[in-house]
Amino acid sequence: MRVTSYRDPETGGFAFSEEAKAKADAYVARYPEGRQASAVLWLLYLAQEQNGGWLDDAAIEYVARYLQMAPIRVHEVASFFTMFNHQPLGRHHIQVCRTTSCWLRGSDEIVAACLEETGCGRLGATSDDGLFTVSEVECLGACANAPMFQVGDRDYFEDLTPDTARAVVRALRDGKPVQPGSQSGRTSSEPPADNRRTLLAEAGQG
Amino acid sequence: MLKDQDRIFLNLYGERDWGLKGARARGIWDGTKDLLALGRETIVEIVKESELRGRGGAGFPTGLKWSFMPKDSDGRPHYLAVNADESEPGSCKDREILRNDPHILLEGCLVAGFAMGAHAAYIYIRGEYWEPLQRLEAAIAEAYEAGLLGKDACGSGWAFDVYVTRGAGAYICGEETAMLESLEGKKGQPRLKPPFPAQVGLYGCPTTVNNVETIAVAPTILRRGAAWFKGIGRPKNTGTKIFSLSGHVNTPCNVEEEMGIPLKDLIEKHGGGVRGGWDNLLAVVPGGSSVPCIPKPICDEVLMDFDSLREVKSGLGTAAVIVMDKSTDIVEAITRFSHFYMHESCGQCTPCREGTGWMYRVMKRMMKGQAEVEEIDMLLDVTYQVEGHTICALGDAAAWPIQGLVRHFRPELERRIKDYKAKRQPAVAAE
Repeated sequence: MRVTSYRDPETGGFAFSEEAKAKADAYVARYPEGRQASAVLWLLYLAQEQNGGWLDDAAIEYVARYLQMAPIRVHEVASFFTMFNHQPLGRHHIQVCRTTSCWLRGSDEIVAACLEETGCGRLGATSDDGLFTVSEVECLGACANAPMFQVGDRDYFEDLTPDTARAVVRALRDGKPVQPGSQSGRTSSEPPADNRRTLLAEAGQG
Repeated sequence: MLKDQDRIFLNLYGERDWGLKGARARGIWDGTKDLLALGRETIVEIVKESELRGRGGAGFPTGLKWSFMPKDSDGRPHYLAVNADESEPGSCKDREILRNDPHILLEGCLVAGFAMGAHAAYIYIRGEYWEPLQRLEAAIAEAYEAGLLGKDACGSGWAFDVYVTRGAGAYICGEETAMLESLEGKKGQPRLKPPFPAQVGLYGCPTTVNNVETIAVAPTILRRGAAWFKGIGRPKNTGTKIFSLSGHVNTPCNVEEEMGIPLKDLIEKHGGGVRGGWDNLLAVVPGGSSVPCIPKPICDEVLMDFDSLREVKSGLGTAAVIVMDKSTDIVEAITRFSHFYMHESCGQCTPCREGTGWMYRVMKRMMKGQAEVEEIDMLLDVTYQVEGHTICALGDAAAWPIQGLVRHFRPELERRIKDYKAKRQPAVAAE
């Protein structure tokens, strides 16, 4: 994209680390010559990670400069997508799915358990120790493993009960290792062994 | 019930190696060069013959879609864009393909891309799918390493690249033209059609957008033949399909079954039955949040395919079956969908931007019965004013669940309104 009469981006001293730069250039190389704007989401993720989990104007405009985009175009993208945060959050951002499939299986109780265990008190607030922010989000696409939440922009914790949800929160607080995925022992979204009728050889029953 | 030997997704549950070695043991990347040797037109003909319909929700015939791509390039490159932005509430099938069998998708990309004259495919994966993204990127690296992708893909002489773009949490980017906008680095707002992507798509070049599952089944259809695929299911509703069962079933799961399986069989056999037994069933949303719900009497009989569900004024959508038992507050269940659409409307078209919020606010009152009986028809009227008056189908998708609710549960809405009024108005003073 050609920058014409737009003001120069104000990067406020924000700059990618050498490592982030190398990654950014590799992402840009995925797209045809002159189409470097296509890498904007990738670069915003890199900026967000380097900036401690959120994007300020300086980081956004740095991405604009990096990709030779008009700053407003990058602001538009950064505000359009929900995975970019515009204020600092707790170190662990717990996002509980609230949409119907999870709600039918008790997402309200998961929210309550998370709010209490983290000490956040209300949705969107950060706990006093700065470790947690709890939010409700729309469908995360793990409906056969409901209810579930995602931590940060990475790990899914699925098949939760209020107790296992609390256990995950406690482990995160104590810095102990946590195993993402199903918390009820499923590999993915298979039915339990006693109701399994397909791919039995794969399950070691065939 | 579908036999195990007729399944396409042999590692749906991730119990085997998802990497290249495991994929090869399952027959993926086996003789791909010979599939390409069939030639562009033959591949499209076989897919047409198989009557495969798109697995992303709309059910458009895939072979026909592929045939819309220009036969010869006018100098512009052709692109395949794979829609892995699975965000339809209830749907969680593409995630299992992406993380447990990424190579089946990559082989599909090559075959489908070749059939439409494309040298590059972009896979747009939803931002939240971190684990699937890692596996997909690793699988792509493996495929390049083994010469399955690249300058001479599978030794066929056809150059083919696959790239991944990570979305960032917008449902609307699952709409094909919004996805193309996002791939170009803009905010994901749908484009007006025409021109259709097959003429003017990604970077203004001919592009075909297909769902993950659609692309993933293509190589198996070519290997086993259109007749095999057509032999499963019913006419015009052929083949196998991954169904996602969620909500009030005893064992929620994803399962690959034949198209046209009776809904009751699907729930009883694979979902372990409705919580509390079949008679405890209230309603089912048979195809993800955008299709109208169907009450138990219809669920008793209906078959799970595009045409059968259309006959009962619902739809197969992404085959995401959300089951609700009699303990469910059906009005709140649908209100949650309305909240979802309000949240996900991209804001481009006024009827949708304003209408989704309006519908949600009225639904929220309907939940408590805090409304007038006439407002039910007013709500219905607004859904019809949104439906069909927007650039993309999100407006329709927001309208349909409410229309389904009013169609089948109007007495419940009226009961709440009456109860609310009765509670608020003191009994008429005896005079």
